[in-house]
Amino acid sequence: MKNKLSKASRRAFLTCAVVVAAFVALQSLASAGAMSSMLRGLLVPICAYVVMAISLNLTVGVLGELSLGHAGFMSVGAFTGVTAAAALQNLVASKELRLIAALLVGAIFAGIVGFLVGIPVLRLNGDYLAIVTLAFGEIIKSVFNNLYLGLDGHGFHLSLLDNKLRMEEGGRLIIGGPMGVGGIQKIANFATGFALIMLCLVVIFNLVNSRAGRAIMAIRDNRIAAESVGIPVTKYKMTAFVTSAAMAGAAGALFALNFSTIVANKFDFNTSILVLVFVVLGGLGNMLGSIVAAAALTVLPEALRQFADYRMLVYAIVLIAVMLLRNSPGIRAFTERARIRKGGEAE
Amino acid sequence: MSDPNKRRPQTKMVPVQPRAIVPDRDADKSPILECHHLGVDFGGLTAVNDFNLMIGRTEIAGLIGPNGAGKTTVFNLLTKVYQPTRGTILLDGADTSRMTTEQINRAGIARTFQNIRLFGNLSVEDNVKLGLHNHIEYGMWSGVLRTPRYWREERRAHESAMELLKIFEMQDLAGAKAGSLPYGAQRRLEIVRALATNPSLLLLDEPAAGMNPSETAELMDNIVRIRDLFQIAVMLIEHDMSLVMGICEGICVLNFGQVIAKGTPDEIKSDLVVIEAYLGRKDKKQKEAE
Repeated sequence: MKNKLSKASRRAFLTCAVVVAAFVALQSLASAGAMSSMLRGLLVPICAYVVMAISLNLTVGVLGELSLGHAGFMSVGAFTGVTAAAALQNLVASKELRLIAALLVGAIFAGIVGFLVGIPVLRLNGDYLAIVTLAFGEIIKSVFNNLYLGLDGHGFHLSLLDNKLRMEEGGRLIIGGPMGVGGIQKIANFATGFALIMLCLVVIFNLVNSRAGRAIMAIRDNRIAAESVGIPVTKYKMTAFVTSAAMAGAAGALFALNFSTIVANKFDFNTSILVLVFVVLGGLGNMLGSIVAAAALTVLPEALRQFADYRMLVYAIVLIAVMLLRNSPGIRAFTERARIRKGGEAE
Repeated sequence: MSDPNKRRPQTKMVPVQPRAIVPDRDADKSPILECHHLGVDFGGLTAVNDFNLMIGRTEIAGLIGPNGAGKTTVFNLLTKVYQPTRGTILLDGADTSRMTTEQINRAGIARTFQNIRLFGNLSVEDNVKLGLHNHIEYGMWSGVLRTPRYWREERRAHESAMELLKIFEMQDLAGAKAGSLPYGAQRRLEIVRALATNPSLLLLDEPAAGMNPSETAELMDNIVRIRDLFQIAVMLIEHDMSLVMGICEGICVLNFGQVIAKGTPDEIKSDLVVIEAYLGRKDKKQKEAE
């Protein structure tokens, strides 16, 4: 039976097993009280960034298109998710249900925005896609910086001017332009974050090892050949891009519901690049690598607080060291040998 | 279909029937491919002009000519990688003018490439399964949710892929990465992938390039075998004259984007215009020297 599993599914099982093991270890540490408050506060952001990394890896590693605006989709998910959670606050008693609803709404809206961006963008190739997604990230930031959304008995009120909401008495401002969203109920928790990671992993692995995923990878490897065997290129590019955007939206909602305030400037170009660093460092198409890189690089800046002013310097040195190590001939030869030895045992 | 004007576009030129070189066994059937006055310009350069061709249902046709004659351009026109500037392509009697490359493939033309275009990071089996893409019947959600339909269709795809790989005895390589295969095997895999799309016309762009004489001889047998097995038409571009003269039933010679000769291998071999195109013309001095 073991030999029947393909290399791809062995890798998928390994990745899922690592994530489950990490979850169990961290959860037991947290419940035993043996975890620093710093790390405990980082658990949900780690989950959000892990989802961001694996979803961007779907676009960059599997589809092979460079996206520089992934934080834009996170932002859409964050704001719509928070709005949904606030709107449901008095309607749904269960915190968990509200959280799940918020994640769903975030994913759906980010997916829709991904679709709209995808219509023009996916006709472009290479650098142009990167430029357009970069612009998209900036545009969405400006939009949320100038958007006012209120809720009263009549429903939602939307305006680009703060004094034009025309809400009735008792109305509540949810999105306050450059002030962002304040007074968020922190309903995100680690278990849900873990569930979201697992869900995204299963979706990505199952997608990649199916007809649609093969088509997506074929487009990455050779677009002209993919067309020549009758694969509708735009359709599959869109499938991958929208899936990736929706996952980023869910991650954004999870991230936002972990803080009491969230502003649009949090999801700027730097965040997009940070997520791209996770993906590149972890290896293109390598989901486990993305997860490890995202988790490590989220914890690292906090763990380096003791270096105070030299924090970012040390961070940069660590990044460079990891990149050098990953590509050093010695390490490569070692992993290669390990692989051959393992292969020999299997036969 | 009943109105002939709908099928054949009206041109100012009188439609001249291309001199049919269809083999006898296909003579009573409608041709699989017809090109009428096909041409393409790139800027001011006319790459192909007034290209007329007819290919029978089970014909093996050859397209030859010196380097830069426009042979691959003709393939790119047929598969709509380039849009023709002029003329009509009829595939099984239907006009293909509004189709895209992927629609052309679904309509029945599959091709290989001169500079091999495999999905290098995927396995040999996955490359063939990508050829089968439009014959595997489950959607994205079946794949994500792993429904019984997914398992059933994937098993069927695996069996078909293995069956196709058997043509070139490549079953044992199914798990290997396509990009790591030796050159000849990559060429063969491209043919298998094209066959997997279930075409009615197979276009081979220099299938024997880089092969040694014994490999070429084997390839010739295989092309004929594929034709007999699948009952499809094959059109190939090739510089290896032993292959072209050995298996092609009709040959079309291009030079500078123009058809300079059409006929059976024997006719082409003795055609003075063709010899001149390949070897050049004797100038006056040479003639006098003789």
